[in-house]
This record gives sequence, structure tokens and C-alpha cells, in this order.
Amino acid sequence: MAAISREEVAHLARLSRLAVTEEELDTFAGQLDVILQAVAQVGEVTAADIPPTSHSVPLTNVLRDDVVTPCLTPEEALSGAPDAEEQRFRVPRILDEDVAS
Amino acid sequence: MSDLTRMTATEIAGLVAGGETSAVEVTRAHLDRIAAVDDRVHAFLHVDSAGALAAARQVDDRRAAGEQLGPLAGVPVAVKDVLATKGVPTTVGSKILQGWRPPYDATIVQRLRAAGTVMLGKTNMDEFAMGSSTEYSAYGVTHNPWDLDRIPGGSGGGSAAALAAYEAPLAIGSDTGGSIRQPGAVTGTVGAKPTYGGTSRYGLVAFSSSLDTPGPCARTVLDAALLHEVIGGHDPRDSTSIPQPVPDVVAAAKLGATGDLTGVKLGIVSEFTGEGAEPGVLAAFRESVDALTKLGAEIVEVSCPNFKYALPAYYLIAPSECSSNLARFDGVRFGLRVGDDGNRSLEEVMSLTREAGFGPEVKRRIMIGTYALSSGYYDAYYGQAQKVRTLITRDFTAAFEQVDALISPTTPFVAFPIGARTSDPYQMYLADLFTIPTNLYGGPGISVPCGLSDGLPVGLQIMAPTMADDRMYRVAAALESVVGTFTPPAL
Repeated sequence: MAAISREEVAHLARLSRLAVTEEELDTFAGQLDVILQAVAQVGEVTAADIPPTSHSVPLTNVLRDDVVTPCLTPEEALSGAPDAEEQRFRVPRILDEDVAS
Repeated sequence: MSDLTRMTATEIAGLVAGGETSAVEVTRAHLDRIAAVDDRVHAFLHVDSAGALAAARQVDDRRAAGEQLGPLAGVPVAVKDVLATKGVPTTVGSKILQGWRPPYDATIVQRLRAAGTVMLGKTNMDEFAMGSSTEYSAYGVTHNPWDLDRIPGGSGGGSAAALAAYEAPLAIGSDTGGSIRQPGAVTGTVGAKPTYGGTSRYGLVAFSSSLDTPGPCARTVLDAALLHEVIGGHDPRDSTSIPQPVPDVVAAAKLGATGDLTGVKLGIVSEFTGEGAEPGVLAAFRESVDALTKLGAEIVEVSCPNFKYALPAYYLIAPSECSSNLARFDGVRFGLRVGDDGNRSLEEVMSLTREAGFGPEVKRRIMIGTYALSSGYYDAYYGQAQKVRTLITRDFTAAFEQVDALISPTTPFVAFPIGARTSDPYQMYLADLFTIPTNLYGGPGISVPCGLSDGLPVGLQIMAPTMADDRMYRVAAALESVVGTFTPPAL
């Protein structure tokens, strides 16, 4: 049985903000299925009493003194932006016109 | 003067310090070599000739003024395109960052500049460091100098190929699942993954933040150690940076070079010397084990039963972290923006931008990660993988109670032909079978050339406990003192 369907892959692409093509969906569905079936092997480990590890460095609450240091100018910070206006990142419309009005 | 491009970093630095050559001369020799061979190797995505010559001139001026320079002053270095370099294009091998010139330097790049090394340019890599062959670069494949029809490993194939092709004596890589060690192994060069947190991630474009580890690449163990010392150490700008001094890796490399391993106990990972590795790789590995025994090392077999789950756990953890990290590529603050016609919404523009900017492997990993983190599947996939990570750490801890370091082949197979594994993504993942456990545990690992199989290089991997990076350099240098270095056929 497949671990993942073409419809589920389409849903994942939407969640991931990837406007994939129909052709890509066909390819990815098969490939993701192979990968997911292989990695599902982690389920063989009976791990009820084993704590998870998220990170190998046991540091918590790393703090430093709040000292003012040189930083990027607004021009530098905006230098790589596809679109900028009035020292701000300019984005396409966020709200639907109908909803906004 | 004999060919400067054939020299080690140590030799070059000595000549520059002694006034027998200049940093500018050294830099010109390497830029000439790049011009002569890189159309066939394609190790570099960007060569910064003007910046390199300016940096070299500065080193020469400082020396002329009587300044005391560091041990690598005047030595050229190639930097993987995963690190931000101020004013110099940084693409991560992806179309989504095409043309981006960062407004700042990564900490490692700052340290390279402060040490007087000369950055030649940026090297090719699998897109976002996801891959094992450099074939997933959006800017074309890099060719292995040992056989131009074969892959140079990945993701840092550009850095490794630049070393093997004598385009640079030093290079920087980053290792999330083997991206420094595996390219080192298949190009006959040295690649070291430091302890996680031993080198700064500030300015490293993130792939999997709990695993990403920048580190040194070189043609000799001592050169790698010298570079490790320059780039390593605590960085207040990286909250996962370990606030301790760098282990004395240079002294360890020098000690190892004496060829005496008396009193050193090494464990062969028994799970990594059976099925799954090519016979030629195993033969070269066995010969190296004999050599290490002759040097005085005591060698035992050690079982790490959970290592077999490392690959599946990694291919859940790394994609999960990637799916979150790569959300920043939204077409707003940097890089590509596609489809902004004034009518489309932010979400539509974002989806079109990411669709156009990311390659297939990056898309696969983002979707796998999104799947593994979604509420219905979290426990079975991501949660279970995190528990496997605990078990792998326990395997390492138990092993290091018996032995000083673990050894194995670095890779299951030698460099494969270009195109051989791209149609089956999971076959590509198997290239990292032996390198991944170290990343999940967080300890250091090094690949050192140990022999040839059918004329192609084989690497031996040494894995040490966290913050005991010096141990692996000692063993690597000892092995190098017996087997020597390996030179590919003339290009």
C-alpha cells in the first residue's frame, strides 16, 4: 500500500507554498512514497521510555549583555529585497480586495 | 620556484612568511590554475579575482610593515557558497538566491579574513546543501578531478574538487549529514566535521540547524587542523556555539605525524564493514586498519546496534528542520520574486516564487518535512526520529567507554558516474550511510584518504567524542604518515 497519495502530496505542496505542476505531482508522489516507506523504519524502535533528543548541545537560555554595536543601515538591510519603498520591504497585497472593502 | 599550486598550505605560509614569495604571487598562481582547469571541473560558482588580489596585497603590505602574521597568512582558500560573503554573490547553489550579495560576512569568513587568508571565490554545492553529488546544484554539476565523468561528492563537491584539482590549497565546507567528509573521501582529500557548536553558524544559510556544522577541507591533515584552529571557537552571535576553547587540533596533528599510536584504542564499527559497502572500499579500509595496528593502535570491533536507524532518522529530522528554515524564502526580503503583477496576492506570489526558485530535491525535502511535522504523523515520524537520535547518542557514549575513537569507511562506495543516482532520490541518500550517525550525536568526524579502489580514492572515517576533535586529527595524521597523500591524473 502506498504511504502517501497524490492528493496528499498536492495538499503538502499547498501547505509548503509550492505551486507545483501536475507533472511534478506525478513524479513527487512516487518518490515521496519510496522515501516515506523507507524512513518509516524508525517505527521499529520500541521507544516508549526513551526521551527525544532535539539538539546535541545542552545549552539553555544563552544570554549576553545588551550592548549597542554597529549594525546594518536601512539601505544595506533592504539591498537584497526584490521591492522596497520608504525604507520598508514592499509586498504584494495581503488582503483580498473584497474582504478588505 | 616550483609550482605554488602543488604546495600544502603550511608550505605556502612558510614561503610567504620568509619573504621567498608574496601572497600576490601565490594568489595569481591559483587564479591562473582556476582559469586553466575550471571550465572542465566547475568547482567554482564565482571567482573573486579582484577581491583575492586586494586581500593578498594587504597581506604583503602588512608583512612589509613588520607585522607578525598568523600561520595561514597569504594562503588562498575556497569558500562553499553556503556562507555569506559581504558584497560577493552567495547563492547556496539555488536559483532563489541568484544575484544576492549579502550585506555582511559570516563569522567564519570574518575569521578567515582576519587570519590573512585570501578568499579566491565561492564553490559549487548541491542546492541548500541537500545532496551527495553536487548534481542538485542549480548551476550545473561539478566534475571529480579523478575522473571527470564522475561526481565529486556532495553537498560540498565544489570545495573538495577545488582541492583535488589544485585550484586551492584550503577550502571551507559545511557538514549536515556528511557534506564535508563524503566529498573528501571520493576526491582523495581531507575533510573534517568539527564538534557541533565548535564552529559558528552565524552567516551560514541554514538547512538543518541542529545538525549544520561548518568545517575545514584540505589536502593534508595538518593543513585541515590549521584551518580548523582559525575558524573554530566560541561565537556570541551563535547561541548554539560552545563556550569553550578549540581543542588543540594542530598539536594533535603534529603528534600523529610522528607515526606513533601506542596506547590509542580504536573501535571498528562492525555494522559498517559488512553488506552495503563495496568490496574495493572494504579492502582499502582493512589495509588501513593493518597500518594503524602497526603504528601501535589497539583495535577492537564495536557494535553500535542503533546506527542502522540513523539514515531513516536523519531523513526525517533534516527535512523537518529544512521545511521550517526555508520558509524564510518568501520573495520579500531577499532573492527571487516571481509573478508579482499587481493583481496576485502575497500567498500566490510566494508559491510561484518558491516553485520557480527551488529545485526538485529541495521541494521533496520541504514536503517530507511538512508531512513529518503535521499533527497526524508527528509522533510516528518526527517524534520517533528524535528518540532514535537519543539511542544513537547512547551507542556513541557506550562505545567511547571502551575506545578512544571509532573508525569506519567514510562512504559505502567510491565516486559514482554522473547521473547514476539522480532518478532515485533514496539511492542518493545511501551515500551518507556511514557519516550521518556523527551528525545526530554531535561529535566530530574526519575523512582521510586511505587508498584507491580501481583507481578511485577511498576515505577512512574517524569519529571522536564531542569536544575531543584533537583525537581524530592525531589518528588521521598517523595514518597519513604511512599511506601518504593521493594525486589524481593530470587534468
